[in-house]
Amino acid sequence: MRRFFQSLNPRILLIFSGLVFGVLASLLVRWGNPANMGFCAACFLRDITGALGLHRAEVVQYIRPEILGLVLGSFIAAFAFKEFRTRGGSAPLVRFLLGALMMIGALVFLGCPVRALLRLAGGDLNGITALVGLIFGAFLGILFLKRGFNLGRSTKLPALPGWLFPAFTIVLLLFAIFTPYFIFSSTTGPGALHAALWVALVIGLGVGFLAQRTRMCFVGGWRDLMLIKDIHLFSIIAAFFVGALVTNLILGQMGHWGFSDQPIAHNNHLWNFFSMSLVGLAATLLGGCPLRQMILSGEGDTDAVMTVLGMIAGAAVAHNFGLAASTKGVATFGAWAVGIGLAIALVIGFLMKERRQS
Amino acid sequence: MMEVDARGFSCPIPVVKTKEAIDNNPSAPLSVLVESEVSRENVSRLARSRGYSVKVERIEDGFRLLLSPSSK
Repeated sequence: MRRFFQSLNPRILLIFSGLVFGVLASLLVRWGNPANMGFCAACFLRDITGALGLHRAEVVQYIRPEILGLVLGSFIAAFAFKEFRTRGGSAPLVRFLLGALMMIGALVFLGCPVRALLRLAGGDLNGITALVGLIFGAFLGILFLKRGFNLGRSTKLPALPGWLFPAFTIVLLLFAIFTPYFIFSSTTGPGALHAALWVALVIGLGVGFLAQRTRMCFVGGWRDLMLIKDIHLFSIIAAFFVGALVTNLILGQMGHWGFSDQPIAHNNHLWNFFSMSLVGLAATLLGGCPLRQMILSGEGDTDAVMTVLGMIAGAAVAHNFGLAASTKGVATFGAWAVGIGLAIALVIGFLMKERRQS
Repeated sequence: MMEVDARGFSCPIPVVKTKEAIDNNPSAPLSVLVESEVSRENVSRLARSRGYSVKVERIEDGFRLLLSPSSK
């Protein structure tokens, strides 16, 4: 299998992976996931946060097997290709904070960079506002990268810490299968809409495997376009969008084109823009979008695990403190949180620079 | 030869550092140290797109990439 993958033209593998992911994301809606939410790294991690009882928004609690599959698929790919390396120690606390801010931003828009594309592929034009905001945020991040921003070097660690998160994922999978009494599961709302467990798990595994091999990143693609004029990662994003759009058209799953009355969405343009700017900025400072952080978590990067834990904390805060948006619109505190979040991310961008080695 | 030590940094930092070194020393050979397979791929891709040839050596904790500008 290794030889097969290595023999493929890299560009073909990228486009193939993007297309497959896009098609599967659309099919997941047909098979039970919420509309325009076949796959969403932020929303699904938020659902898991709720299933664990860390927030009590009853309509968004479910252990999404797609996320578990992502991490485990990456873990398998990293092992198969001898890329599993336990490392950590690159500003974990800052990563935790940026992860939390990234999640809060995503929950004010109601979607991660993946779902922004899926919303657009389903006719929801708010996806455009979001993508413009995301690209603006990534642009701000690039300015910091050019000034010498970084979160410091990581160091090699003994193997054990790298295994902890995949092991935790397996515990979650057991919870999903056996649904013990302390796990919450929505009976109404988006959390109650889901594909069959094994379907979602297998798709997650496949996407996780391909994402690990292709280094798929839904912010990195835009970043590399601007930073080094390279379309390598962007070609995945483009193929993903085409795959989802065409499948939606074939399945007759397209909604209407427009800004209003879109599924699990609101049309507050100002905060759709700024919330996704926060996501783009935080993801660029972190070196990867929410999906990429989960892939890295599966291959031994404990700094990415800190980011994912930050995202879980961010999801809990967003719902417990009433920051998350809903179809009714942006909550007052949500707008404040995005503003403060942007300010914090900018301060981090200004202050985190490598000390010159003498 | 100028050396960029990007070991321990995760992407995109190795790419940013290499780009900076290329921009500051156009048409000079460079040595870039990276730790991960991902960084090796990304830095090599950047270098080739800027007309450098890339030679990869394995070192104890990663790779040494020798970037030489093409003769044109």
